[in-house]
Order: sequence, then C-alpha cells, then structure tokens
Amino acid sequence: METYSFLRELADSWVLLILFLFFAAVIAFAFRPGSRSIHRETANIPFRNDDRPAADKEGAR
Amino acid sequence: MLNYVKLVALGLITLVAMIAANYARDLSYMVHAMLIMVIAGAMFLWVLRNTDEPVTPDSDLSASYMDGVIRYGVIATAFWGIAGFLVGTFIAFQLAFPGLNFDWSEGYANFGRLRPLHTSAVIFAFGGNALICTSFYVVQRTCAARLWGGNLAWFVFWGYQLFIVLAATGYLLGATQSKEYAEPEWYVDIWLTLVWVAYLAVFLGTIIKRKEPHIYVANWFFLSFIVTVAMLHIVNNLSLPVSIWGSQSVQVFAGVQDAMVQWWYGHNAVGFFLTAGFLGMMYYFVPKQADRPIFSYKLSIIHFWALIFLYIWAGPHHLHYTALPDWASTLGMVFSIVLWMPSWGGMINGLMTLQGAWDKLRTDPVLRMLVISLGFYGMSTFEGPMMSIRAVNSLSHYTDWTIGHVHSGALGWNGMITFGALYFLVPRLWHRERLYSLGLVSWHFWLATIGIVLYAASMWVTGIMEGLMWREVDANGFLVNSFADTVSAKFPMYVVRGLGGVLYLTGALIMCYNLWMTATRSPAKAGAGAAAVPAE
Repeated sequence: METYSFLRELADSWVLLILFLFFAAVIAFAFRPGSRSIHRETANIPFRNDDRPAADKEGAR
Repeated sequence: MLNYVKLVALGLITLVAMIAANYARDLSYMVHAMLIMVIAGAMFLWVLRNTDEPVTPDSDLSASYMDGVIRYGVIATAFWGIAGFLVGTFIAFQLAFPGLNFDWSEGYANFGRLRPLHTSAVIFAFGGNALICTSFYVVQRTCAARLWGGNLAWFVFWGYQLFIVLAATGYLLGATQSKEYAEPEWYVDIWLTLVWVAYLAVFLGTIIKRKEPHIYVANWFFLSFIVTVAMLHIVNNLSLPVSIWGSQSVQVFAGVQDAMVQWWYGHNAVGFFLTAGFLGMMYYFVPKQADRPIFSYKLSIIHFWALIFLYIWAGPHHLHYTALPDWASTLGMVFSIVLWMPSWGGMINGLMTLQGAWDKLRTDPVLRMLVISLGFYGMSTFEGPMMSIRAVNSLSHYTDWTIGHVHSGALGWNGMITFGALYFLVPRLWHRERLYSLGLVSWHFWLATIGIVLYAASMWVTGIMEGLMWREVDANGFLVNSFADTVSAKFPMYVVRGLGGVLYLTGALIMCYNLWMTATRSPAKAGAGAAAVPAE
C-alpha cells in the first residue's frame, strides 16, 4: 500500500480511536472522586507567593 | 575562563558576519550580516572590558523573583504595540488613498512590504513580548519559584528582539519566503528556533523546580503554546537555502502539501499563539484582578484538553474550494465548528469568575478591559466557526470580512487582555501603590472599544458587499462587476476602518503615557524593594 493511503487509513481508524479514548480518559480523570478539594486548592495558587518564592523549609504549602 | 570562551565565540561570529557581508548576494542579507557583526563586535568589547576584573559573588537570588527581564518585556510590549498599530493604521490609509504609496519609498514602504511588517509587529513583536513577559511573571508566582536558568531568560528576551529586528528589516528589504505569518527567511527561522528552545527550557525548568504541588492551569496553556509553536515553526519552515550567503530559500514541500502545511501552521498560530497563550494570561489576570479564584477549575481542565485536541485540525478551512481533497477541508470545517464549544466554555469560565463581583466593573476599568476582551473572544470564536462553513466561506473568503474577523479577535481579545495585563503588571513591577490615573484607563478603554467597533463593522459591510459583487451575474451568466468596481465601492468603508485604527492607536498612546507616569510618578509602595527582602 502506498504511504499516503496507509497513513490515511491509520489516521481515521486506530489513531482516531486512541486520541478519542485519551481525551475521554482525561475528562473522566478530572471528575474523579476527591478531585474537588484538589481543584479548590489549585485554583487558589495565584493568591499565594505574590512577592517572593516559597521558602524551602516550608515545603509545598 | 568562561570569558575567554565567550571572547573566542564572539570574535568568530563577528568574523563570519564580516565575511558574510562581503559575499552577500542580496541587500537584506548584507544588512543583517552587518547588524550581527556590530552586535557581536560590541558584545566582544563589552566582555573584553569585564574580563579578569574582580567579581563580586552573587548574593542568593533564589529568595526573590526575577522581575528585571519582565520589566524589559513590558516596555518592549508597549513599544512594539505602538509600532505595529502605527504601521497598521498607515497601511489602512494606503488602501484608502493609494497616493500614500510614495514614489520615493517604492520597493521599501509600499503596501506589499509594510503589510507583513504590520502583521508580524502586532502578532509576534507585541503579542510575543506580551506572552513572554506575562508567562515569566505568571510561572514564577504560580510555581512559587524563581525563573530557572539564570541569565537564560535574558537571552530569550534579547534574542527575541533580535529576531523581530531581523524579520522586520528583512520584510522592508525584500527577504520573505511568502508564507503568511511565517515570512522570515531561513537564517532568521534558525535563530528563532534557538531562542524558542531556550524559552521552553526556562519555562519548563521553572515548572520542574516549583514549590507548589500542582501546576496551575495558566501554565498548562503557556506550555502548550510554547511546545506547539516550536513544532509548527519547524515544520512550516523546512526549506533549503539557495546559498548560505543569501537570504533566498526553497521550500521542501510543494504544491497542495505546502499549502496544507502552511495553513496547518497558520491556523495554529492563531490557535496556540493568539489563543492558548493568551488564555494562559486570562486564567491568571482575570482571577487576580477580580480577586477571586476561577469560576470552575474543572471547566478549565476540560477547556484546555478540548481546545488543544480540536484546534490542531482546524487549518484546512483556509483551503476550501482548492486542490485540497474534500475530506480534508470537511475535516477542518467540522473541527472548527466543534471548537466553538470549548472556546465558549473558556469564555464563560472567565466571565463567571466575576460572579458576585460584577459591581467591580463599575469601579475598575482594568477589570472592564479584561472582561471586554473575553467578550470579543466569544464573539470572534463564534464568527470564526461560522466562516469556516464551506457555504459561508464561499462568500467570505478573499474578502475584507476575513480581515474584520481577524481584527475583532486580535484588537479585541489579544489587544485588550494585553492592555489589562500591562495595567496590572506595571504598578507591581515598579513597586507602586496604584496606577497613575484610572480616568486615563477609561479613556483608553472607550477609544479602543469604539475603534474596534468601527473597524469590525466597516469590514463586515465591505466584505459582504464585495463578496456579493464578485458573484453577481446578469441574465446571460456574465459577471456584472469587475474587480476595480469593488475597490471603488469600498472606499468609504476603508476610511472608516482607518479612523477606527486611529482611535485604537490613540488609546494605546494614552496607555503608554499612563504607564510611564505610573512607573515614575505614582506613589511608591510602602516597604518598596520588598523583592530584596530575604526569606525568613
């Protein structure tokens, strides 16, 4: 099979399926149990450490 | 020891640039070689003067953010913005009044030479500097870590300015590979690749050494912008130089493949440079200015993945009714329409961040600027999918409707959010209590908004008009209008468009004055120099 036809068939079958499943898995992962508190914590990142980097000893706040 | 290596390298670069200037086969290559010769020579002298001088050991910088390069970035953003808007306004009047293509400037400053100068100045110089400086600001604050790589960030900044100067002077002197938004010739492309890899290293290095456990969503958008632009830039600029002593090159792809690669690049320049990168700004500056976290962090994750999964396929909608296979342009059209959803999801996420704080719009013109940029984002991401539909495109393509669409996105979304970010950054970067004048921000806001409305409305009218004129046939099936008929019919709208540009430019000049006065005259923040305070 010529390269063009092979790549085209690969793209609209297996690669399409893989990309779609990856995308669906990412969305599902965002809704996993327990994500709410993590997301709330992450959404507040811009309101910390405005003036200087976090000190090492504190570790990740 | 390092200085000796630097001296050898800079000396060699200066020498090679001299040889290149001597062998140069065209004017722009010679000018660029001499420019590089002067820069490398000056750096050689500067390193030489500082060699074997006693060095004062650096104090520990890891306890402060690297803001110097961001201050330079803010200044560069404002400067290139004014330059790009000025050229844009001038070429708008060149279209209305062809006499402005002066005889003495023919071949250097006629419309064809200035048009890529305008597009590159606003997209890559204004937008690019805005993205680099805000991404450096945001990645440090949201990672709680100083920029990785020390002076590499300075190399990114100055290297990018050199790229802009090489590209801009090249356009005026005729060095172009004639790919829209990718006009710079091969050696400028190679230089930009080096700078971009350094940019990626600084950004990624900072994320890797972050003190926050999670990567804030703005950094996801910035990172996808940097990585994707690197990929697009390299693939679309695969070319063979005719001679290493000349600026001309030959593309590796040919025919419809070349057209497809060009618009895969072109549309993703919109998608990842002007959308993903600026969404990174949106996800930081809108919550900060509204003083509340983003409406839904889950929605921002979905927004991110949906946007990057869909945008990359949308390019073929630029090639409807061409030699491109139908399946490919249908694919581009379908993905463009699906893209409407994540775009509006992102807009809603930004707007709803103001939930419970809408009153701030009455008192805070900076927030108003950020919010109207989201409004324009929503408007142009509705218009774009609509124009990508093949039937609509048969009317809109090659007309000024496209130009109007691009400018409602670029002036409205990219411009306004950048202005908002600059108003946010300057008081903080120069340690000032507040902006010099909120009244002037309001003036800027209204001038820019009215300017965009004039621009977009006149381009809708003239675009649809010329599209209809081009397809008008008489009873015998002959075309009714010649091309020149559409040109003369468009004159009033061209003047209105130029006036819109004047208003937008005036607003930006007011911003520059306001920012200058903020940095120099505004009351200093109590405890200024907080950046130098060591960590406890």
